[in-house]
Amino acid sequence: MQFMEAQSDPPYRPAPTQIEETPVEVPWRTTLRRLFRQRSAVVGMIILGIIISLAILAPVLTEYEPTTSLIGAEGHEGIARRAKPCIHLLGCPEDQPQHLMGLDGNSRDVFSRILHGARTSLMVGILVVSLSVTIGTVLGALAGYMGGWVDNLIMRLMDMLLAFPSLLLAIAITFVLGSGLFNAMLAISLVSIPSYARVVRASVLATRSLDYVEAAHSLGASHWRILFYQILPNAITPLIVQATLGIGVAIIDAAALSFLGLGAQEPTPEWGTMLGRERGQIFSAPHLVLFPGFAIAITVLAFNLLGDGLRDVLDPRLNRSDRSK
Amino acid sequence: MLQFTLRRFLLALPVLFAVIFITFVLARVIPGDPCRAILGEKATQAVCEQFIRDFGLDEPIPVQFALYLGQILRGDLGDSIRFGRPITLMLAERLPLTTELGISAMILAILMGIPAGILSALRRNSAIDVTTMIGANVGVSMPIFFLGLLLIYFFAVILRDTPFALPPSGRLSPGVSPTPFYDVWEWGITRESPNFTFYKYIASHYMFNALITGNFATLWDAIKHMILPAVALSTIPLSIIARMTRSSMLEVLDKEYVRTAYAKGLENRTVIIRHAFRSALLPVVTITGLQLGGVLGGAVLTETIFGLSGVGLSLYEAITSRDFPVIQGFTLVITVIYVFFNLVVDLSYAYLDPRVRLN
Repeated sequence: MQFMEAQSDPPYRPAPTQIEETPVEVPWRTTLRRLFRQRSAVVGMIILGIIISLAILAPVLTEYEPTTSLIGAEGHEGIARRAKPCIHLLGCPEDQPQHLMGLDGNSRDVFSRILHGARTSLMVGILVVSLSVTIGTVLGALAGYMGGWVDNLIMRLMDMLLAFPSLLLAIAITFVLGSGLFNAMLAISLVSIPSYARVVRASVLATRSLDYVEAAHSLGASHWRILFYQILPNAITPLIVQATLGIGVAIIDAAALSFLGLGAQEPTPEWGTMLGRERGQIFSAPHLVLFPGFAIAITVLAFNLLGDGLRDVLDPRLNRSDRSK
Repeated sequence: MLQFTLRRFLLALPVLFAVIFITFVLARVIPGDPCRAILGEKATQAVCEQFIRDFGLDEPIPVQFALYLGQILRGDLGDSIRFGRPITLMLAERLPLTTELGISAMILAILMGIPAGILSALRRNSAIDVTTMIGANVGVSMPIFFLGLLLIYFFAVILRDTPFALPPSGRLSPGVSPTPFYDVWEWGITRESPNFTFYKYIASHYMFNALITGNFATLWDAIKHMILPAVALSTIPLSIIARMTRSSMLEVLDKEYVRTAYAKGLENRTVIIRHAFRSALLPVVTITGLQLGGVLGGAVLTETIFGLSGVGLSLYEAITSRDFPVIQGFTLVITVIYVFFNLVVDLSYAYLDPRVRLN
């Protein structure tokens, strides 16, 4: 019996060692972590967060409509056009209605127009960049991947677009299409396409001749598959940086066109339009110029800070010593 | 180098042709009736038909284009429909302002941007560096039209009765006369003289004109009027140039040949200026050239704010009044200047970096 028991002893196995759980490094998580360590990017994201929240909560934050004139409204009997800001906490008499940023030339509440203008500007920035990135990516990918006359044709077209100073071309196109925010957005998108096309083309050219692409080709993958799954993902990084910075540019360009009267039309609340209409009042009612202007500057600054931070974190070429900004 | 130059020059020609063509098409495609836009709503049908015949608008488009091309090659840009004046004369009057404004802005941007960038790179992460880069970030984010208004507000309103006040608009104060050099020197040039347009063009560079005739009061007045617009227009290029110079210098300062130079015992200044700066200059040259488009476009906004009748503002007014000979002519000239300057930047890049021209 002892013999049987000895035989039924399990064969020698060393005691199991503690297998250490090494956390899996997911690339985008690393990137995000590095992004949050970038001071300027963090500042940019905070400002952007505030602006986006204000834009979303606009109807809640103010009791006045952005397009309704307050002439003859109750409580506003004696109120003048272009009234200066009246903030009760800062000493404005209680019997006067509170207007955090004053009234504009049509006796509309400026604070409300600024908040709703944030919606307009953010929408413009995102839509313009989305359109330009989409078209630019298609053109750049075709040019880079197919090469030859296709590449030549597309790049000559881009050169022709780039031959004109961009704002002048945008002005001309907007005028051809007719004034209005939508047409202004189309014009700015058109003018912005070449920069994205170039970025994508450069990426595609760099990855097209790499070994793993050849391998995929030998395995019988179709061109589309290779383009979408192997090549284009490499273009995403520089595109993200370019697009983030591009949103700021789009917002400024749209404001410039609106300033000249070609973009957003009354009564749409848009920061550039507000500046354009009231620029003559810089001497008598400077608040009408300062608030929209600073709104544009702060929003664009936020996008620029974020874009710079993304560039520092995402660009693999960088062994730059100024990384510790 | 010569081969490279020739090749680049030849490549620019189709671009120029395309620019002429696109401008022609755009000017024709603008909606609205040019006759009524210029002659007014009350223009009769007969008057409009005569108007259309006079300006050749009834010919088929390809014919119009061929005629236009022939005209340009002879140096004739046509007449403004709105003012009835030769466009070359209008250009001669307005281009100088835009040129002076653009040159002033670029000089400011380069003279302040490059040293700021170098200083930031040399004193990395110091107070100077941080301040400069924050300033550059803010500068790039400011819309020109808002910055112009801010400058006007500060220098013309807040500093109004101080010696630091600056005029908010115009090229010269009222009463200050920019007597053309040909009148000062009594050359007898009149409107009927053969090269009047050319002399007028030179004389319309008020600062240059005042300088060569020794009229320093006018020169100072013109400079005072140019300061605010030039500062407004230069801010974005200045910020971009400063940032690019800084990052370029940082990259170069890390390189081994710079370390070698220091190891050889060369003075700090020699290393920086003769070795580091020259290599760091290359991307800065490219970026500077790229800013020109922004300066030309920004000129429209700056001229609008400061009430300066330059090419930018006139182009904008021509667009809104559908004066398409002016639209064609001015856009063409602006774009030709732009293409030419891009060519110069390309060539200087090739001159500075032998790798480019030997590619």
